[in-house]
Amino acid sequence: MHPDRYESWGRFPKVCRQEVRSLRFRSDPLPEAEGPLLPYGLGRSYGDSCLNEGGTLLSTTNLDRLIHFDHERGILRCEAGVSLAEILRLTVPRGWFLPVTPGTKFVTLGGAIANDVHGKNHHADGTFGRHVRCFEVLRSDGTRHLCSPEENAGLFRATIGGLGLTGVVTWAEFQLRPVSNPLIEAESVRIRSLDEFYEVNAASEADYRYTVAWIDVLASGRNLGRGLYNRGNHAAPVTADLPKLRWGSRLAVPLDAPGWAINPLTVRAFNFAYYHKQLRRVQAGLLPYEPFFYPLDAVAKWNRVYGKRGFFQYQCVVPTGSEAMREIIRTIARSAEASPLVVLKTFGDLPSPGMLSFPRQGITLALDFPNRGERTFRLFEELDRLVADAGGALYPAKDARMPPAMFQRSFPRWREFATYVDPRFSSSFWRRVTHEF
Amino acid sequence: MKRVLILGATSAIAEETARLFASKGDRICLVGRRPERLAEIAADLRVRGAPQVETLVSDLNETERHGALIDGAAEALGGLDTALLAHGTLGDQAASQADWTVAASEIHTNFLSAASLLTLLANRFEAQRHGAVAVISSVAGDRGRQSNYVYGAAKAGLTTFTDGVRNRLAPLGITVVTVKPGFVDTPMTAHLPKGPLFVKPDVVARSIHRALAKGGNVLYTPWFWRFIMAIIKAVPEAIFKKLKL
Ligand SMILES: Cc1cc2nc3c(=O)[nH]c(=O)nc-3n(C[C@H](O)[C@H](O)[C@H](O)COP(=O)(O)OP(=O)(O)OC[C@H]3O[C@@H](n4cnc5c(N)ncnc54)[C@H](O)[C@@H]3O)c2cc1C
Repeated sequence: MHPDRYESWGRFPKVCRQEVRSLRFRSDPLPEAEGPLLPYGLGRSYGDSCLNEGGTLLSTTNLDRLIHFDHERGILRCEAGVSLAEILRLTVPRGWFLPVTPGTKFVTLGGAIANDVHGKNHHADGTFGRHVRCFEVLRSDGTRHLCSPEENAGLFRATIGGLGLTGVVTWAEFQLRPVSNPLIEAESVRIRSLDEFYEVNAASEADYRYTVAWIDVLASGRNLGRGLYNRGNHAAPVTADLPKLRWGSRLAVPLDAPGWAINPLTVRAFNFAYYHKQLRRVQAGLLPYEPFFYPLDAVAKWNRVYGKRGFFQYQCVVPTGSEAMREIIRTIARSAEASPLVVLKTFGDLPSPGMLSFPRQGITLALDFPNRGERTFRLFEELDRLVADAGGALYPAKDARMPPAMFQRSFPRWREFATYVDPRFSSSFWRRVTHEF
Repeated sequence: MKRVLILGATSAIAEETARLFASKGDRICLVGRRPERLAEIAADLRVRGAPQVETLVSDLNETERHGALIDGAAEALGGLDTALLAHGTLGDQAASQADWTVAASEIHTNFLSAASLLTLLANRFEAQRHGAVAVISSVAGDRGRQSNYVYGAAKAGLTTFTDGVRNRLAPLGITVVTVKPGFVDTPMTAHLPKGPLFVKPDVVARSIHRALAKGGNVLYTPWFWRFIMAIIKAVPEAIFKKLKL
């Protein structure tokens, strides 16, 4: 299989010495392969956690079979390469929704477990791992382990958020959420500052399952943190005629955009227009779930707008009360380096079963930066310092560069986790962050 | 609701086509060599909506068992309306050139065993006066090339055989489709670098499913292969023999 097609979503770093083998049947043994192994789903991780320089990727997208669906209780068991898009296609018409979904539906079930993904409902429902009932892990010695909170509990907790390092998850079973239709009752509230974000957020979290804010990261001074706060719930049964639910066809970005397409001027123009597009302070309506959860999925391969050099996502979490978030936003505004895609949200206190899970109580900010080389790295070092001083952490699924010290400090259970790592499995990320420092 | 027999059911194209039948609520019998793999596909098809899925383990190279196999499938499903013949191997040309026994087994799998199954299915459909069958051949059968003429010759034989069966059964309204896929991104072609002409198996599956339901004849899939092959067939032999194809 052509290794070139196997890159990460941020297209940085570029990896050239990497083999690919496709897994096709869950009963088959792992293929013979060179070097260390790593499962690879749909490559929606941004950095190097889904890459394996000098080793072999085990492509899982052909493991896409369903095994059992309990329509009454909403429990689905399927192979790990099934995408969340496919799961929604099958279950939504039957009245069931994903318990937790990331901002794109083009991820595999295995990838969702391995990164223990979170969604807009973290404050209400925690991470994806909390809704996983059991799965099978296939290890390089050929053994298969059925894992659940009761059985092989250690391997269960290591594999959730385990970055693909504990073996291949061949199938998993998880609990879905009942819904009456594919609609979301959504509201968008204009917020003028970070303080207002905290206010609106505190008032919203009790009543809304889904909350997230977009902020204009270039706004500073008393406008710092201004943006749009989005909240929503699954809609109650609708009796009137449903609005037309077909939601546009997918466009694709056909070519790499030139490297300068995302620059401070275009970003400033976009942010201004986006913030002011909403005239009323609160805007409400019924939306199909796709534009609410997956606005970016409407454009396939949108990562190409950042050009061939690729881009970074920086996602951090810091404690809610700390001044750190204000300082982080201020630093980013000053640099004028970020793109308009910015997500601000609070994580609740529901614990994840995963040993290495990223979400923890606090406030999380995620945003994209085009790769401008040294300049971008220097900015990240500054941000790292703010995050580390506040006792925060970076999200491995979005990372391509955090120093080993930062990883080891913010994921204190990493040594315990390491005892569960399959001796034949590794990744570019893992080798990077477990370096001695 | 149709009763569908799928031979070579663990191939990627067959599996994708089976999912389309399942989603329409058809009853399905899967035939393949590996029981675990068949069981995994069967479970998937049930969740996708097939009310009945049977599996039969068989090595389709054993032509003497074909009669009993098809009778068994028909009995399990209570009759047969549709069949897909999808088994085959993409052989190793170098090995086939060096050793006739390798070539012969290639031809046995890709032509003789398929022709045997098609004979039995044709006779059954003719007797019951209805039915639809699709046979997966290949664009490689359209013209012999040095890089895979053993496989190509077997598929050329299968194409001609299938065309003949269609000619014979057309008056009864029985559908016989010769399927000629181009490059398909399957585990069978995993070792090849993927150019823009490669498509995923679900694209091919959709066109097979449509041709079986609506009546089709010779199906190049994706469609542009009809034009590519028209050009390749039109190159004069004097020139063609000098090409490294
Ligand atoms: C637009 C966009 C929005 C996003 N929004 C969010 C968000 O809101 N919240 C969030 O948490 N994340 C988010 N992400 C990140 C994404 O959800 C995760 O990176 C996810 O894990 C990607 O899944 P994948 O199938 O593409 O896996 P890959 O990126 O291919 O792999 C991810 C990891 O999973 C491992 N893995 C894959 N399959 C298996 C398996 N079968 N067994 C064991 N390990 C396996 C890999 O080894 C790797 O470590 C977003 C990504 C994008 C592109």
